Amino acid sequence: MQLISLPVSEQLILTLAALILFTSFLLLAQTRLVTLIHTFALQGGLLFLTTVLVAIASGRHHLLISAALTLGLKVFFIPWQLRLLVVRLDIRREVEVVGNASLIMIGAGALTLFSYYVALPIRELSLLSTRNTIAISLAVILIGMLMIITRRKAVTQVIGFMSMENGLMFAAVAATHGMPMVVELGVALDVLVAAILFGIFFFHIRSEFGSLDVDRLNRLNEVDR
Amino acid sequence: MNALYLTLLLPLFGTMLFAVAGHRRSAGTINMFICVATFATSLWLAINVFNQGTLISDGKLFYIDGFNVYLILLNAFVGMTTSVFSGPYMAHEVEIGRVDDGRMRLYYSMYQGFLFTMLVALSTNNLGLLWVAVEGATLATVLLVSLYRTPESIEAGWKYFLICGVGIAQALFGTVLIYFAADKVLPGSDETLLWTVLNAHAMELEPTVLILAFVFLLVGYGTKVGLVPLHNWLPDAHSEGPTPMSAILSGLLLNVALYAIVRFKMIIDPALGTDLPGKIMMGFGLVTFATAGLLLHRQKDVKRMFSYSSIEHMGLMTFAFGIGGSLATFGGLLHMIVHSLTKSAIFVTVGHAAHVAKTQSIDKIRGLISTQPTVGWGLLLGTVAIAGFPPFGVFTSEFLLFSATMKSWPWLVITLLIGLAVAFAGLFRHVQPMVFGEAPPGQQPVEANMWPVIIHLVLILWLGISVPEVLARWIDQATIMIVGEGLL
Repeated sequence: MQLISLPVSEQLILTLAALILFTSFLLLAQTRLVTLIHTFALQGGLLFLTTVLVAIASGRHHLLISAALTLGLKVFFIPWQLRLLVVRLDIRREVEVVGNASLIMIGAGALTLFSYYVALPIRELSLLSTRNTIAISLAVILIGMLMIITRRKAVTQVIGFMSMENGLMFAAVAATHGMPMVVELGVALDVLVAAILFGIFFFHIRSEFGSLDVDRLNRLNEVDR
Repeated sequence: MNALYLTLLLPLFGTMLFAVAGHRRSAGTINMFICVATFATSLWLAINVFNQGTLISDGKLFYIDGFNVYLILLNAFVGMTTSVFSGPYMAHEVEIGRVDDGRMRLYYSMYQGFLFTMLVALSTNNLGLLWVAVEGATLATVLLVSLYRTPESIEAGWKYFLICGVGIAQALFGTVLIYFAADKVLPGSDETLLWTVLNAHAMELEPTVLILAFVFLLVGYGTKVGLVPLHNWLPDAHSEGPTPMSAILSGLLLNVALYAIVRFKMIIDPALGTDLPGKIMMGFGLVTFATAGLLLHRQKDVKRMFSYSSIEHMGLMTFAFGIGGSLATFGGLLHMIVHSLTKSAIFVTVGHAAHVAKTQSIDKIRGLISTQPTVGWGLLLGTVAIAGFPPFGVFTSEFLLFSATMKSWPWLVITLLIGLAVAFAGLFRHVQPMVFGEAPPGQQPVEANMWPVIIHLVLILWLGISVPEVLARWIDQATIMIVGEGLL
């Protein structure tokens, strides 16, 4: 089936899916903290657009509430709070050294391919748009994990974590037209609390270790030496 | 249903109350009273279920059957006995200046918050809400792990937060996939994510989606169960947080995560028509069991050592539910009870032992039995029980598990026996000098409330000698729900 023969709304959703995946790659490669936070907000914005689009196209208007939550949390509150923390902890100018950047990017590409491979059995039974969206949301989740693994700064790890959450919400919205309302609200509450707790942790880590470098968190070992 | 609402509202009320008044001297006692009341209402709920059978709330949001009600009761019970211990323990921590008023408010508020999320996770019918509650439990306990604000505890808290957060995200993806599969069968319905609805339509769900979903769910909730290789957070979180937290984390949280996996398996198994999920669980369980037993030997912190023992037992339970069949499932359910009771008793004793020796380091805790015989005997008997010696209950459940393994996978019994021996050796090489060694000069007994330990040990002994008829019937009911056939 050709992309062009799909309804316009589905074409738009697929384009947005591609853009969300693209922002995931941007997050992975970005080394400046403030730009990283802005890119994360951009990904949240794309997720918001997708949710609004699905809400209108599918006629499930309760999704608009979920879209509003995304807009409030992922586009404004969390980036704003992270930015505030970065300013208050005075780490705005810090540039994170990402070792082996090109290798990591190739790894992310491989993860995307892997996601399509995993989604293959699902693809057989569904529409073009959903089979792509499941694969892409899985790729966004895996790239978020890759980001947590490869980065050394606590702030960057949190952004990786939140970007995983974006991938999950995208899967819920695009593949299944949103979860039941009570679940959406619960997930949003969890994300909100998590964001606040992460902020608290930044200050604790900073005051105990003198930096937000998680490499210094190395006192506890699996076996004692 | 009123009993259930009360059971849920009491801890919620406690969370709010302690957020403002948790630093008062009376907070420990009030915490205990709330926990006793919660236990009483959960007992009332259990009697209701016993008399009327399965209950479902008006909005279908909560669903109580024989399987989850016994875990609710167990949760409320361990929460109650731990709260008896927690009051004086935390008062002692305040006295020696390890925590201040603000952190005491946080502690008591989150103690109740944790119990609340656990009870919601167990009683909800909505699989999405189950996820929300389990994630909520992480959020409630993460600041408690770093309560002492030492570098180690902050590291443990960060690891706990990040590893469990990432892990549990996989479980949400699995839940979305389940919803996706169900949405094909029941398009546009609001009830698609309800466990009862999914269970009724299990046969119609698309198998390829479900097996993918199961892998994500097992990895996600498995992180919380502490399955190797996703267990890294568990010993850290248990060893660095306050001891009452270790007791309820080990006794309750791990069980609830395993409960979630079993609930999903109940839907996925009939739809697939193969025992692939069971085999995956068996593999994970066996690896966990063996690895944790070995790691026991190399520990220097007493709470870390016992948390590896928790990992080992969770591996054994995962293995049991993986085998399936009535005998193994019965054994697994019984093991959940006896492990929770024994492990929380051990952590309570260890808390007192650490106060006696003023350290958690195994090398420095010596001569407990001469300094304070109750603590020494408590630790010794607890360890004997958890290592699976008769006449304690762990022996009974392990015996059932091994018989089930003997029936279906005879060769694996050898692995299990070796694992058990290794774990036993690991525990006793550390515990023996702690209990019988020569006490350092000037070691003084502390004020210790051993009632929680005594009650738990007596219960385990009772379960080891004869499982009461009522409980056996009850577990059998749960077994019938999970695998379709009973044992009795």
